[in-house]
Amino acid sequence: MALDAKIPAGPLAEKWDRHRFELKMVNPANKRKYEVIVIGTGLAGGSAAASLAELGYNVKAFCIQDSPRRAHSIAAQGGINAAKNYPNDGDSIWRLFYDTVKGGDFRSREANVYRLAQVSNHIIDQCVAQGIPFAREYGGLLANRSFGGAQVSRTFYARGQTGQQLLLGAYSALSRQVAAGKVKLFVRRELLDVVIINGQARGIVVRDLISGALERYDAHAVVLCTGGYGNVFFLSTNAMTSNATAIYRAYKKGAFLANPCFTQIHPTCIPVHGTYQSKLTLMSESLRNDGRVWVPKKAGDKRAPGQIPESERDYFLEEKYPSFGNLVPRDVASRNAKEQCDQGKGVGETGLAVYLDFADAIKRDGKDVIENKYGNLFQMYEKITDENPYEAPMRIYPAVHYTMGGLWVDYNLMSTVDGLFVLGEANFSDHGANRLGASALMQGLADGYFVLPYTIGGYLAGAELPKISTDHPAFELSQQNVQSRISQLLSINGNRTVDDIQRHLGLIMWEYCGMSRNNEGLAKARVKVQQLREEFWKNARVPGSGTDFNQSLENAGRVADFLEFAELMIIDALARQESCGGHFNEAFQTEGHEARRDDKNFCHVAAWEYAGDGQDPRLHKEPLVFENVELSQRSYK
Amino acid sequence: MTKTISLTLKIWRQNGPGEKGRLETYPADDISTDMSFLEMLDVINEKLTLSGQNPIAFDHDCREGICGMCGAVVNGRAHGPEKGTTLCQLHMRHFKDGDTIVIEPWRARTFPVIKDLVVDRGAFDTIIQAGGFISVNTGGTPDANAIPVAHQAAEKAMDAAACIGCGACVAACPNASAMLFLGAKISHLGLLPQGRPEAARRALNMLQAMDHLGFGNCTNERECEAECPKEISIVNIARLNREFFKAAFFSDQT
Ligand SMILES: Cc1cc2nc3c(=O)[nH]c(=O)nc-3n(C[C@H](O)[C@H](O)[C@H](O)COP(=O)(O)OP(=O)(O)OC[C@H]3O[C@@H](n4cnc5c(N)ncnc54)[C@H](O)[C@@H]3O)c2cc1C
Ligand code: SF4
Ligand code: FES
Repeated sequence: MALDAKIPAGPLAEKWDRHRFELKMVNPANKRKYEVIVIGTGLAGGSAAASLAELGYNVKAFCIQDSPRRAHSIAAQGGINAAKNYPNDGDSIWRLFYDTVKGGDFRSREANVYRLAQVSNHIIDQCVAQGIPFAREYGGLLANRSFGGAQVSRTFYARGQTGQQLLLGAYSALSRQVAAGKVKLFVRRELLDVVIINGQARGIVVRDLISGALERYDAHAVVLCTGGYGNVFFLSTNAMTSNATAIYRAYKKGAFLANPCFTQIHPTCIPVHGTYQSKLTLMSESLRNDGRVWVPKKAGDKRAPGQIPESERDYFLEEKYPSFGNLVPRDVASRNAKEQCDQGKGVGETGLAVYLDFADAIKRDGKDVIENKYGNLFQMYEKITDENPYEAPMRIYPAVHYTMGGLWVDYNLMSTVDGLFVLGEANFSDHGANRLGASALMQGLADGYFVLPYTIGGYLAGAELPKISTDHPAFELSQQNVQSRISQLLSINGNRTVDDIQRHLGLIMWEYCGMSRNNEGLAKARVKVQQLREEFWKNARVPGSGTDFNQSLENAGRVADFLEFAELMIIDALARQESCGGHFNEAFQTEGHEARRDDKNFCHVAAWEYAGDGQDPRLHKEPLVFENVELSQRSYK
Repeated sequence: MTKTISLTLKIWRQNGPGEKGRLETYPADDISTDMSFLEMLDVINEKLTLSGQNPIAFDHDCREGICGMCGAVVNGRAHGPEKGTTLCQLHMRHFKDGDTIVIEPWRARTFPVIKDLVVDRGAFDTIIQAGGFISVNTGGTPDANAIPVAHQAAEKAMDAAACIGCGACVAACPNASAMLFLGAKISHLGLLPQGRPEAARRALNMLQAMDHLGFGNCTNERECEAECPKEISIVNIARLNREFFKAAFFSDQT
């Protein structure tokens, strides 16, 4: 099957307009005849469900948590980008487009990224109209800051709680449609299978997490907005229920998975401190605007930071990258921190940390200003570490944060399965091999508010969609499969807890498929993952029953999928014999230890097709064509 | 400094909605003081699982104090003893070796127990659906800078908007009132010019929903403010009341 990205013809800047004109349209009166299932109520799902309902479609929205407002998007701190150029510092749609393509190390689609930059401005308009309390200047206009890797100030923010506020905005729009009867809400439901009839996604099987009952829902199209798979590393900044299950189940039903090895390790997280640790906490990288990253010059220097004089400190990012300094992109910052620690210059009890120091900023701007900008982050840091970052520098270390890979989608955000759309972090589009700060929120809302509402109409108007019901044999079969898997999980009755196995998986992935990778390690990891998976099905213990509220069972299902998904990540990492963005293979680096791409052989999206259990997946390549930007070696010097 | 402590836990166990619950006692030994409260429960659950017992059900997700999913009454205090802290951000260093800790679910008629420490807070969604929004459709909105908002107003709106919808205010209130939650939303939207056109209707509708759902009334006990992990001020309830009176006097809907 040849992958057709359906990129519209014409000049870059006109593609989206032209496409919107050319898309078939559903007559306004007919929209209410269509049912759309939206899985996930984060920024992508919440905005999509609300916008579709406003247009007249009947929407069923599902989420794992007890309320749509709790999706993982709520945790985003730093901000959201847009090309408004309010500060008059030279931003433009073109610059946001270019920065995103370059930041992604030239592994994303030009047309998608350009559209993202185009609609970015509408997002801010929309959010302000919804009442999102963005930060303001004294004159009453919106404030901006510069953020991770950008040389212009294009990031809008609501203190350190931007994701929360944007999500509450989408949630309020969604709630309004629930009240209007256009959205039916199903909370505490987990998608366990996508049902495909005549090659079209026509429904889902979910588990009611309270009663344990399996339920079937049918629709004319299914939209997955289920977020990222960072928890395959066990320790990550993701929420505990973030999972790969939804996208992996869709993959097994024929949707291709693209670039799964592209994961982002965020440079500024609170370091790991114990084996019982359940998750890692991000310190927003907006902190890098004012904080200076350093380590002692001498390896093994155990003095308290205050006792290390200026002359014996190594501000390694400022030194190595004079023009971007502490603001280099995430992958670059993370790898450099690791490099320093590998040289024995790491700080703190474990030696796996570097300093992020605010002393100069506090001296320059005063404590009040810093508190105003980052108060809640400083407070969070103190709560967790019991140290006061106003007085001593923070200790930070990279942690898994975001997954650029995901289900392959075309320009319309439709996967390789007709009628199955994928939005937000769950798809692979837009960020290439590395995502720039403050652009995931932008992408999620772009997909949900401004892209899908058009493109889904194009599909529905053009597709033949015979009448079906949940009695269809495909639903029956699907539910049987889900049921038998649950029974299997509950009957293992082994000696190892699921958490323990997931922790083990996380260590394998972090060690061999994390910040830096090599072929030997990846090959080893593949075997280790296979062995662990075998052990899981023999020796995991899943207590309780399938017919009530059972969090152990929920998690066991997710971990079982992670154990398969992890292998796909490794296969993808092995297949990509180059370094780019977040995928750093040690064999491919420049003299300055930067990622060295191989544009001749790897300028493509790797899309994997499921070929059956125990079979190697089939690789399909979507070549990436750059007509508007020149591929260059990324340099932030 | 990291050290370990040993505790006695008395935890509410209840199999399902409407079933009888009871406090059960569990020892918690060698708990690192760097652990979060939920990590401590994880450790207990690992042990329960391996010894063939059912682990304790508790809600959680972000574990960074922002999703509002977690929450339990710890020694009689919603989210435990630390001010301005969710349960997931409460660390064991705030407890002493030998302490006994009683852990119970939110207790309110409107939040029925699902299992153990897990409750149903769906009523909060219903309240928001009654009016916790600004009625704008996607698209067609004016340029974001077309509506200036005074810095101060934006800051105050943000203070109120910080509510995470956890329900601790209801659990802490002797009347199980949801007025702090309501006040926060009504203030957030009402303080902004965008939210003014619907301010009256919003206050009336949301209050009505709250009453219908069976939440109690506010009698100024201030427990909500004391226990709110986001330190939402009861000034927001005063704003809500003002909004309500204005609405009741001037609105054409009753
Ligand atoms: C700590 C942190 C800080 C961040 N800060 C920023 C930032 O400052 N700026 C930025 O741009 N980005 C940031 N990001 C990234 C950004 O927050 C996410 O990429 C984005 O919010 C993802 O949104 P989403 O809608 O795709 O998915 P999510 O918000 O993760 O939503 C997933 C939804 O799917 C549901 N779901 C998942 N699986 C299933 C299933 N099997 N069945 C049913 N429902 C399911 C969930 O219940 C949830 O409703 C941050 C991320 C983290 C972790
Ligand atoms: S007002 Fe405070 S206690 Fe009440 S729901 Fe909001 S954050 Fe929780
Ligand atoms: S788990 Fe999210 S607030 Fe505690």
